[in-house]
Amino acid sequence: MKDEITREERVDNLKGMGCSRKRVEDARFTQGKGNYVDDIKLDGMLFGDFVRSPYAHARIKNIDTSAALEVPGVLAVLTAADLEPLGLHWMPTLAGDKQMVLADGKVLFQGQEVAFVVAEDRFAAADGIEAVVVDYEELPVIVDPFKALQSDVVLREDLVAEDGTIPDGAHGPRKHPNHIFTWEAGDKAPTEEVIANADVVAEESMYYHRTHPCPLETCGCVASMDKVNGKLTLWGTFQAPHAIRTIVSLISGIEEHNIRVISPDIGGGFGNKVGAYPGYVCSVVASIVTGKPVKWVEDRMDNLMTTAFARDYWMKGKISATKDGKITGLQCHVTADHGGFDACADPTKFPAGFMNICTGSYDIPTAYLEVDGVYTNKAPGGVSYRCSFRVTEAVYFIERMVEVLAIKLNMDAAELRRINFIKKEQFPYTAALGWEYDSGDYHTAWDKALKAVDYDGLRKEQAERVAAFKRGETRKLMGIGLSFFTEIVGAGPVKNCDILGLGMFDSCEIRIHPTGSAIARLGTISQGQGHATTFAQILASEIGLPADSITIEEGDTDTAPYGLGTYGSRSTPVAGAATAMAGRKIRAKAQMIAAYLLEVHDNDVEFDVDRFAVKGAPEKFKTMKEIAFAAYNQAIPGIEPGLEAVSYYDPPNMTYPFGAYVCVMDIDVDTGVPEIRRFYALDDCGTRINPMIIEGQVHGGLTEALAVALGQEIAYDDMGNCKTGTLMDFFLPTAWEVPNYETDFTVTPSPHHPIGAKGVGESPHVGGVPCFSNAVQDAFRPFGNTHTNMPHDHWRIWKTANELGLHD
Amino acid sequence: MIPAAFEYYRPQDMAGVLAILEEHGDDARVMAGGHSLIPMMKLRMADVPHLIDLQDVGGMSDIDVGTDSITIGALVTQSDIIDHAGLAAAAPILREAALQIADPQVRYMGTVGGNVANGDPGNDMPGLMQCLDATFTVVGADGTRDIPAREFYEAAYMTAREDDEVLTTVTIPTPKGGWAYEKQKRKIGDYATAAAAVQITKDGDTCSSVSIAMTNLSDTPIYSEAAGAALVSTTVDDAALKAAMAAMLEDIDPTEDNRGPVAFKKHVAGVILRRAIERAWSRA
Repeated sequence: MKDEITREERVDNLKGMGCSRKRVEDARFTQGKGNYVDDIKLDGMLFGDFVRSPYAHARIKNIDTSAALEVPGVLAVLTAADLEPLGLHWMPTLAGDKQMVLADGKVLFQGQEVAFVVAEDRFAAADGIEAVVVDYEELPVIVDPFKALQSDVVLREDLVAEDGTIPDGAHGPRKHPNHIFTWEAGDKAPTEEVIANADVVAEESMYYHRTHPCPLETCGCVASMDKVNGKLTLWGTFQAPHAIRTIVSLISGIEEHNIRVISPDIGGGFGNKVGAYPGYVCSVVASIVTGKPVKWVEDRMDNLMTTAFARDYWMKGKISATKDGKITGLQCHVTADHGGFDACADPTKFPAGFMNICTGSYDIPTAYLEVDGVYTNKAPGGVSYRCSFRVTEAVYFIERMVEVLAIKLNMDAAELRRINFIKKEQFPYTAALGWEYDSGDYHTAWDKALKAVDYDGLRKEQAERVAAFKRGETRKLMGIGLSFFTEIVGAGPVKNCDILGLGMFDSCEIRIHPTGSAIARLGTISQGQGHATTFAQILASEIGLPADSITIEEGDTDTAPYGLGTYGSRSTPVAGAATAMAGRKIRAKAQMIAAYLLEVHDNDVEFDVDRFAVKGAPEKFKTMKEIAFAAYNQAIPGIEPGLEAVSYYDPPNMTYPFGAYVCVMDIDVDTGVPEIRRFYALDDCGTRINPMIIEGQVHGGLTEALAVALGQEIAYDDMGNCKTGTLMDFFLPTAWEVPNYETDFTVTPSPHHPIGAKGVGESPHVGGVPCFSNAVQDAFRPFGNTHTNMPHDHWRIWKTANELGLHD
Repeated sequence: MIPAAFEYYRPQDMAGVLAILEEHGDDARVMAGGHSLIPMMKLRMADVPHLIDLQDVGGMSDIDVGTDSITIGALVTQSDIIDHAGLAAAAPILREAALQIADPQVRYMGTVGGNVANGDPGNDMPGLMQCLDATFTVVGADGTRDIPAREFYEAAYMTAREDDEVLTTVTIPTPKGGWAYEKQKRKIGDYATAAAAVQITKDGDTCSSVSIAMTNLSDTPIYSEAAGAALVSTTVDDAALKAAMAAMLEDIDPTEDNRGPVAFKKHVAGVILRRAIERAWSRA
């Protein structure tokens, strides 16, 4: 048979890796045909909602539910007393702590769940909530973690023994009743010695403020217990549906085969939907009690005030260098405010996540990190908001410390970075705090970025602006923000990374249909990343069937293979690898089938785009489509019928995407208003699967970085009242606030990943935050600024200008 | 974010509205676009057992640009203001201000009447109407009466309108000279950190008249007569600008919130006023 199209055309037809294939998800999303948790409506479904504490710290003397039960439509009101016989009034957190499901005698943060009102609809539930009478006795409130470690006020009486001693926590000894853990990495004494004897030492304290991932869709679930067959179905906004199934089984005692967890379409997660929340537990219990499906969906205030904050790290650093700028040592201490319960979502062995990536992209021979976790009267959480575990904090820390060191050395900050980068030939590179960076080419990326923005020209312009400002000709300063980041993503490996004992591998199962199309199921779950598009592209390139003929399915634990879900940019590094490996199993069997059909030895055929062809005789071939049909319909000696494969992938290492960002900002010193003139982002995420989706991810991550750097925060007053509980005060940027982004790339494939891909969804957030912040700080550098804390909203920028004497 | 139960009314004429108001007193509230009232109800900060929707009451959706004055019906939306060419020519400050209110979706629903009647110090139209020396016409059981915008606002959410009256019309003397509405906000949809409305006329090189009002810097909009007086008969030079800013600062009384502390707000109020005056003067 004559081949009528060229090889190039055959490649194009696959829409495989490297193709800017349009997102297959968008047809339904842009037509309002998505199916989110709140779209699920079942016969007789009830609605549950919480009575929440108005106080940040209070004892509960009594809960009177009688009036609420009189409200038309209200069926039940659950309190801790109702959950206690089931052992469900508390639940384990992902961080080895435990958390009240419903207030058990006291509340520890404003908005804490006190009672769960179950009603025929959400309107009746809201009226029922109003009718529940809770008698609170206010207790002293602690919102400052430093004060918490000095205070006589014990927040967690459950964690102090009757004789007053403090038992060890999940991560070792605790030194105060309000102390959670101390976690160390690196060598303390050698680091202190290096710093003590260094030519130059720069020190800085910085607060990475508390913020929130704020996905457009809030958290929620629908629990439906079928009392006839004993099966529980739980739909929810879960970033890790299998992990939720196992956790639900462990804490409820329901056998795992009787639990089906389904993540439908998810409207953004950004870490907010990793944790287990009281709403899930209460919905399940309410469904068991009532025998009806129960829905719980947060409103915006619930979401901002109670589920999974991010950051809240007080970081104190020292960085030492030779007088010509070679960094010799780095020390970091973090006081981590975890709120009332330690509900961080980190791998078990890493209570401060991967904060020990804080040596960044630099060859720093000696380093030491110490993190103290602390309880306060704030909401629990501490999730990785669009980053791998605590990597935004780490990268912000090092990218600020490098700037502070540059000031101390009176050096250009770009040059200081350049002379300290890990060199290309040093990879794989083992950092002082333990990680083995798989690959990188930082100098190439940096030089490309600086050239693209005409860095020297920008510095010249900035100097002219400063001179004009001093002459009184302008009231605007110019800041040049630099950032070079290295992410650490793709957890596993299982030997290092588990959550609640669940190993962090991931999976893919492929079934090829006889007519040459396929379905692949994964253990991950897209929250907007476009998995249905990109994983089909990986498979298209691996198995030679068009991406358009491959359905990707995720999120149903009854059908998908077990996996640990989507967060920390782990989908492509782990599930993407599993996809490629499963695809290769398919291809291996296809090779045998092809050889049989072509009547040659297995080793005499080779894969070529969409077919196997006889080596040296490319006109003799069988397409994958033909092979698929034969696999099912032709008796082939020694080969089972069918064409399916499954792969569970435990990565040998993390992947280490990196990037070089530059921001140019003009700042009105009189009003504190920043204006972003230019933002250039170069990302190296290894092999690029879909450039269009990468660009979209970069835009989104940068926008969330802009938000965090320039205003987005969860703030409390001294009484523990959350001051930022609505989108009036919580900054969620719209198109109006967002600048134009210029994106660029280099490609340094991961040497250990089957297709060399590293993950990209979170890089722009990790690198973006310090870049925006550094631009603000840099504008004031000529006037003596060393460091000011984020968020750089108008009044804080104004305050910086004011304190530097730039107002009359 | 679920409001308490309420009765919803959609009367076809003003007599129907007034009858419901008379029956239920301060348990009833009228609603135009609902973009201030409904969020307050959903937060259960406003308890409105009887909600009267004005959408079907005719005669309040017109913009009438006359020779000496402009009348704007209470149900005219911010979007209508922006789209009305005659109005943009006669009173361009209205369009400039309306474009700085919230976002297009809100402006399709949000009305001039609701904005000025609600008495929210964060709303932009009240200060603007004080600057323009507007008159608000309200109707009640005893007929209509006119209230000057500069006498309408008593405290946050407290106005000279009685509970059983409905604001129907805003009348503005056709403004003269240069104009500017300058607003600093943190983001789209936010209330002003500080905003200034300025309408100014010149005679040769000197300022012959000026009207200045400030938004969200007290519990009511602030018409600053003293700031205006500091500019009249000057050439609007640096000294006059500084005098106007100083006079305005005497009149405002901002409070600390998430936008920033008092010192910041006062500083920004001065900067914003200066810029508004300079822009208005350049257009005079």
